Amino acid sequence: MRKLGRQLLAGPYLVWIIGFILLPVVVILYFALTNSEGDFTLSNILAIGDPIHLKALFLSLRLAVVCTVICLILAYPLAMILNKTGRKRQNLIVFIFILPMWMNFMLRILAWRMLLNNNGVINTLLETLGLPTLNIINTSTAVVFCMVYDFLPFMVLPIYNSMARISQDVVEAARDLGAGSVTVFFKIILPLTLSGVISGIIMVFVPALTSFAISDLLGGGKVMLIGNVIEQAFNQQFNWNLGSGLSIVLMIFVVVSMALMSAHDKEGGGAGVW
Amino acid sequence: MKMKKMIALLAVGILSALPLAGCGGTDDENTLTVLNYGKYIDPEVLDMFEEETGIQVKYDESETPEDVYSRYKAGSIDYDLICTSDYMVEKLINEGEVLELNFDNIPNVANLDETYFEFSKSFDPENKYSMPYFFGTVGILYNKNMVDEADLTTWSCLWNEKYSDQVIMADSVRDSFMAALKYLGYSLNTTDEAELLEAQEILLNQKPMVQSYLVDEAQDEMISENAAMALVYSGEAGLAIEENENLGYAIPEEGSNVWIDSWFMPKTAKHQENAEKFLDFLCRVDIAQLNFDYVYYATPNKALYETMDAELQQNTTIFPPQEVLENCEVLKSLDEESTNLYNELWKEIKSAG
Repeated sequence: MRKLGRQLLAGPYLVWIIGFILLPVVVILYFALTNSEGDFTLSNILAIGDPIHLKALFLSLRLAVVCTVICLILAYPLAMILNKTGRKRQNLIVFIFILPMWMNFMLRILAWRMLLNNNGVINTLLETLGLPTLNIINTSTAVVFCMVYDFLPFMVLPIYNSMARISQDVVEAARDLGAGSVTVFFKIILPLTLSGVISGIIMVFVPALTSFAISDLLGGGKVMLIGNVIEQAFNQQFNWNLGSGLSIVLMIFVVVSMALMSAHDKEGGGAGVW
Repeated sequence: MKMKKMIALLAVGILSALPLAGCGGTDDENTLTVLNYGKYIDPEVLDMFEEETGIQVKYDESETPEDVYSRYKAGSIDYDLICTSDYMVEKLINEGEVLELNFDNIPNVANLDETYFEFSKSFDPENKYSMPYFFGTVGILYNKNMVDEADLTTWSCLWNEKYSDQVIMADSVRDSFMAALKYLGYSLNTTDEAELLEAQEILLNQKPMVQSYLVDEAQDEMISENAAMALVYSGEAGLAIEENENLGYAIPEEGSNVWIDSWFMPKTAKHQENAEKFLDFLCRVDIAQLNFDYVYYATPNKALYETMDAELQQNTTIFPPQEVLENCEVLKSLDEESTNLYNELWKEIKSAG
């Protein structure tokens, strides 16, 4: 009886996985491997070799790497600071970090558009202070900027989590044995937070690689990422087959990068922080 | 491989059956399923229609003609009435997806101006299938303080170095190509590869001086004076000018695109009588007035136009003057090969630089 009850509890989860994860992937695979007549073809997948698509893919990879590196550089020291501050302030800082995420993702991007515009808030402010203006709207710089802003919490929180789990005793033991701050950092803190760093990297790199809304709105239609190519294939060219084929290629990149990362995640608990 | 395909087909089958199963039981006689563009009807009109006729309206919205097409083709909802743009109506007529309207059941159609039925003939040659709803032009929304109005007589202003980094182009294939083709003196419906390549070349040359390629946001950018010129639809221009009086709207002398959004009954229509009642309702002057005030695009309703005050009648941003209209072309639906060519050329432009 109890067993049946438990199984019933898993029911909605199962329906969810099948209906909203497995089935859509199967449908994408079906479209990716057929042409508009429904015959089998590999051309939609091989279309990634088209110079325009390759260029978009490499630009996406480049921006995603840059964004991940910047997030890591910003997040790691912040996590250390968080770890050192008292409980109350810690909660406040984490709260401030999460606060923007209460607002819709699209609205946040649109807000950045207003802030960064040629006559936007930031430039007006700079001008009144007699400083040179910032002309980064409609460039890939603005896209990376907004990606970092949007995805930074996903890097900070797992690193902070893994750092908070380090027992103070371990650090003190190292100090007793004569380790300096530098040695403690490289021999104790860094290895023990690696799992957090790795899940942070995955959680920033993957959405950065696949995003298209940010490049569309802050790139002013001039920054074409692979996500934009796929979106256009679906919405403007009605070519669901091409869109699906390119999506499969992108999925392969995502899966490979996740596999590479988790191969280094010896502890295996990195993804569990969320 | 066969197994995989079977599974995939099965999956597609199940997925497409889901929404059908969802609404299967609720189909009673007295409903009407409508697909229209967003913000393209006064919501009050729907309530009034339901109240007066007792017909329950199921109302659905979409953003672009392409979106309308893919929604209709997805086939999960049986629409009774769809409003979309000229070339998309034509595409669907050509595909045999449109039913004839019986204008005897739409007596109020007499309120509409014959001129716009003439325009509609470019996509509906016998005026059998469609009824005009709103129309307008594509042109340049400009800031009077930043642009010399003398430059606006020709499309070359969009290529003028003076306005480098001050121009917003449309992030849509046909509209951006329209400006280039008209500038070069070609038809905006050309399928000639040499002409299209020439247009692509000047669009590529233009890219370094284009500030951005936008659709909906262009209006906001112009209102906050972030750019000097933007390629927009007349309706958006009208709204932007209401917000910022430094703005103006111009159609270069080479001519432009006149678009007509029309209603039609697709093959899936199950409540044709209700659909015709709804069209008749929309043609009524008081209802057309509500929709005009809400949408603020040019209405083909002549009876309504005659009740407007002179200032509004002479607002050339909303109601393009006759001599401008004569210079404009309606977008035609392209065959698949040309559509692909347009798309490829556009993709190359977007990816350049």
